[in-house]
Amino acid sequence: MFKALADPTRRVILDELTERDGQTLFELCTRLAMKHEVTSSRQAISQHLDVLEGAGLVTTRRDGRYKFHYIDTGPLRAIAQRWPVQT
Amino acid sequence: MRIYVTSVFVDDQDKALAFYGDVLGFVKKHDIPAGGARWLTVVPPEDPEGTELLLEPDGHPAVEPYKTGLVADGIPATSFAVDDVHAEFNRLTGLGVRFTQEPLEAGGVTTAVFDDTCGNLIQIIKLPDVAPTTG
Repeated sequence: MFKALADPTRRVILDELTERDGQTLFELCTRLAMKHEVTSSRQAISQHLDVLEGAGLVTTRRDGRYKFHYIDTGPLRAIAQRWPVQT
Repeated sequence: MRIYVTSVFVDDQDKALAFYGDVLGFVKKHDIPAGGARWLTVVPPEDPEGTELLLEPDGHPAVEPYKTGLVADGIPATSFAVDDVHAEFNRLTGLGVRFTQEPLEAGGVTTAVFDDTCGNLIQIIKLPDVAPTTG
């Protein structure tokens, strides 16, 4: 998970999924290119998504013929459990 | 040289004509028998002499994996310019059209992506207003 979060492009992907959950690869690529000047290829974005999915931070769901990506912040709970936020 | 036609692969030409005509609002320009299928094109009513859209049968075995792969990743087969993406989104959604990308404003343009019911995704886009050139 820490490796997944270490990459700035992957953090931007999570930002965009926070703004709108459930996006196609195409929409994510559009957002990265148009809003964040990320010039990575579609294949590179797809590989970033694979890393995020491997870390459990992104899930994919097929809906008919389309595939959508969703954010899952569940794994982040491990961070707060390991290093509790001081109040 | 000029571009007079572009095409989308459709699974059924009659269904495609109904969608591209009745739903999207294009009008038929050519409908010519051609080797078991038809040379079937549509144009926007406001630009009948402009580039035509060919509704091309998708029978070739290479087409199915191509369409399936693009659609799975949400990639549109082509893109149409509109004046107001939000208005088209509302109009088409009201007609039962399924969008895979809701209107998105980014980098000065607004886009959305919908399913043409014939096996393709289509993008609509509001391009930035071009400043009028002064003569």
